[in-house]
Amino acid sequence: MKNKSLVSINDYTKEEQLRILELAKEFEKQPVQTILQDHVIASLFFEPSTRTRLSFESAVNRLGGKVVGFSEASNTSVKKGESLRDTILTIANYSDLIVMRNPIEGSARFASEISSVPIINAGDGANQHPTQTLLDLYSILKTQGTLDNLEVAMVGDLKYGRTIHSLVIALCNFNTTFHLVSPVELKLPSSVKMHIKEKQLAYHQYTDMEEVIPKADLLYMTRIQRERFSDPLEYERIKNAYNLHRDMIGQTKENFRVLHPLPRVSEININVDDSPKAYYFEQALNGVFVRQALIASILGLK
Amino acid sequence: MNNKKVTELKVSAIENGTVIDHIPSNAVFQVIRILKLERFENMVLFATNLESKKYGTKGIIKVSGKYFAPEELNKISLVAPHASVIEIHDFQVKNKTVVETPDKIRGIVKCFNPNCITNIEEVPAIFTVVDKDDIRLKCHYCEKITTRNTIEFR
Ligand SMILES: [Zn+2]
Repeated sequence: MKNKSLVSINDYTKEEQLRILELAKEFEKQPVQTILQDHVIASLFFEPSTRTRLSFESAVNRLGGKVVGFSEASNTSVKKGESLRDTILTIANYSDLIVMRNPIEGSARFASEISSVPIINAGDGANQHPTQTLLDLYSILKTQGTLDNLEVAMVGDLKYGRTIHSLVIALCNFNTTFHLVSPVELKLPSSVKMHIKEKQLAYHQYTDMEEVIPKADLLYMTRIQRERFSDPLEYERIKNAYNLHRDMIGQTKENFRVLHPLPRVSEININVDDSPKAYYFEQALNGVFVRQALIASILGLK
Repeated sequence: MNNKKVTELKVSAIENGTVIDHIPSNAVFQVIRILKLERFENMVLFATNLESKKYGTKGIIKVSGKYFAPEELNKISLVAPHASVIEIHDFQVKNKTVVETPDKIRGIVKCFNPNCITNIEEVPAIFTVVDKDDIRLKCHYCEKITTRNTIEFR
């Protein structure tokens, strides 16, 4: 995987993804190392995303690397009208690897084609966010001991949620049974369902989440955004219908866990947080190890 | 009657050039644009809403003194998937082919996603044709699907 940019989750084969997860395990055991001490990582956040940026920067810092870059575009040359092409060509000279988040869809693919150093896509608009997918896979592997043959329930905005789309596509390599819970207007798009059908995997669609919880190994919750609804009353109704609280997970399987990419709004009640079945905060921490594994592997250090 | 037919042939026949037949009536102007015939200097004849046994109605374009490379002609398959192409030399039919939809489309189609890098910076749009019958083009950059309903030509 040396020098191989990661723009979309499908850029890496199943074997390459598993290799990253394997490496992430090593970094989890020993997250503080000096392997990046001779390296400079550019962290270019054209739009703010504190959580993702800090996770990357923490990953680099704990391995002894230096970070250059910006956390929003407002006081950079970008604001002065510099093209993405020029920004990337310039910054590639100053760094060994570029981590980029940019609200323009396809910007990361374009950057990977013109840059002399590899690119990690940390989110390009509504398109892709592959390191989130890798950390989700790592969290699933850790909590279930396997990625194969799981019953995975996904709840919320399945239409616009890119996290869901990439995770569905990635899980299609592992014989997953999908339980898709969403309001009718936010169902999984056919372009994503196409991947499930191609692999001839089972999927079921629901509008009510309570009936899927006892069957599930994993419950992957996502946020439903107000701006998806033209009718505010409809939003209120749906928001209340997809609210997980503690007594709903009493009768679940032993290995059952609740995941969420965070930040949450009201879809998981805080009374779930101290349940042993809540895993979303650990999930976020896993992001650091997965990003360490990815960076080390792209730079050819592992 | 006979005389009239002869006159018609004279008007529409070309000595050397290309005849593109079986174009859907509503796609004739799009084909003209794709092949950049509006800026062409030789004679171009076209007709639309002609009767067709196969398709109800059809359009036809005749371009004088010009032969097209297959890659060029295959672009029109996006709007005229069943178009047939006839090369005329000295009023004689020399070569008859049917257009084929290519696997990749470069430069001619605009990505329908306004937030795509190809619509924001100088980046040529590239698509993979994921469905040739129903025309579904997956953008190489933003990965969104441009369809027959959202297709726009540059
Ligand atoms: Zn696009």
